[in-house]
This record gives sequence, C-alpha cells and structure tokens, in this order.
Amino acid sequence: MKKFKTFIIIFLLLFFNNLYANENNERNEITKNLRCLICQGQSVYDSDSDFANSMKILVDKKLNEGLSEKEIYIYFKEKYGDWILYDPGLNKNTYLLWLLPILIFLLGGAIIAKSFILKK
Amino acid sequence: MKKKLIPYSIIFIFLIIFVVFYESLKDTNIYTPEVKINNDIPIFSAELLLLNENSTSTEIFKSDQFYLLNIWASWCAPCRDEHPILMSLSKNNKLTIIGMNYKDNNKNAKSFLDELGNPYEKIIVDKNGTNSIEWGAFGVPETFIIYNNKIIKKYIGPLNQEFFLEIQNLIK
Repeated sequence: MKKFKTFIIIFLLLFFNNLYANENNERNEITKNLRCLICQGQSVYDSDSDFANSMKILVDKKLNEGLSEKEIYIYFKEKYGDWILYDPGLNKNTYLLWLLPILIFLLGGAIIAKSFILKK
Repeated sequence: MKKKLIPYSIIFIFLIIFVVFYESLKDTNIYTPEVKINNDIPIFSAELLLLNENSTSTEIFKSDQFYLLNIWASWCAPCRDEHPILMSLSKNNKLTIIGMNYKDNNKNAKSFLDELGNPYEKIIVDKNGTNSIEWGAFGVPETFIIYNNKIIKKYIGPLNQEFFLEIQNLIK
C-alpha cells in the first residue's frame, strides 16, 4: 500500500510538472513593450494598475481578432503616441535618439584611430 | 597649444553637461500625456446603463452635432467635483452629453446619479476599462468633445469653470 501511495505521488508530480503557464506568451511579449502611462517606469506587463489591467484585456482581445504584434503597436501608437512604446520607431522626432549612439561610436573610433594607429 | 586644448575641452564638456542638467531641473519629471486630437472616434458596441440595451457608436454619435463624452465612476472623487459643471452644460441644447461609466457597479452608479442628477443622455457601460482605452483615455475623469465623428478636444482630469467657458465657446 505504501509503495502504491509513493508511486501515485511520484506519478502525479511527474505528470503535472509540465503544466506551466505559457499560454499568454505572445500577450506578455507585447505588454512588456508597452509603457504603463499612469505608472512611473513600469511596463504594462509589470503593472497591476487599472489602466494596465485594461490594456492587458485589450491586447488579448486584439490578438483574438487576429491582429499581429506590429498592428497592435500601431493601434496603440495612434491612440497614445510614440511614448507608449518602449521601442519607438525611427521618425523625425526620434532620429537623434537612434543616430546619436552610432555617431558617438564613430567619433570615439576616429579619435582612437587617430591617436594610436596614425602615431605608429 | 596642444596642452591647452585638453583642459579647455574638459571645461567645455562640463559646461555643456551643466547647462543640460540645469535646464532639465526646470522640467517636471511627471509625464504629461500627449493630447491626441482630430482622431476618429472608435467603433464599438456596448451596453447602456439605465436602459438595459446595447448600442453602437454609429447609433450614439451622429455627424453635424456636438457631443461631450465624459468618463466617470461613482468611486471617483474628482468626478463628484466636476458633476455640477456637467449639469450646467447639459442645459445647453447644442451639446449632447454621453457618459461612460468606468469600472463601476451599476447600483452605485445609479445612486450617484440619483444623488447628484443625471446630465447624460446615454451612458455607456465600461466594465473592464477596455472601451475607454479604445478612446485613448488614461483614467477617470476624462472628457472628449466630438464633432463629425472626430475628437476635437480632450480634457484630462476634472472639468472646471475655465474649461466650462472654453466648451461653451467651442460649440457656439
């Protein structure tokens, strides 16, 4: 009897350990890239505010309607502007944000090249 | 010449940093939402409070008429403050006031209206808050002015006397 009980317990543990919550993977990916606009420094995924919870429901709804990740971002951008995205696209307001690191990298590279390689 | 260049450039860089930080001190670090106007109103279908029926955006909002959509809830204290302004706006027959009851329970919403008066022609029920997100709202209270199925003005937070006069001018 004891053996049988142990067997049942082991069986249950092994059987249920592959049940984990990954059903909302796509939703989580999207909400991680959406800013919770009424919280400070939190994504919709991290936040439990009223606003974020409604956003999560709406993202689910849009996914069910068959919208792709990109279309959902465009949808929210139209409503709330670029600020809602953590990964804003390249446009006239954000070109400095995108180009500055590259410029600094090139400038730094040029300085290093000038002072080390050319000296030799 | 070369020896002087380094200290000068360091001073120059620090000056730039100082100016940037000094200027940013004046900025508030609380994000003020971008007010997106001239957007088309969303297409939706929702339950109506008090009437127990469903309605769609095209049935509620007709073109060539001014509408005011007010998002409110009985649990929201600033909504209580702005309610007298909505009551006086409802006397203006050029403006139709539509309410959106945000994450509220019907019983509380009804007693709120019984107590303070009902300025709304129709009230859309937004149980899970998704409808207000479709409108691009942040929370309660929030007010939109709609003309020809476009949002022409948006007020975040409670309405006050100043906004009241602004709305009166807008719909003249």
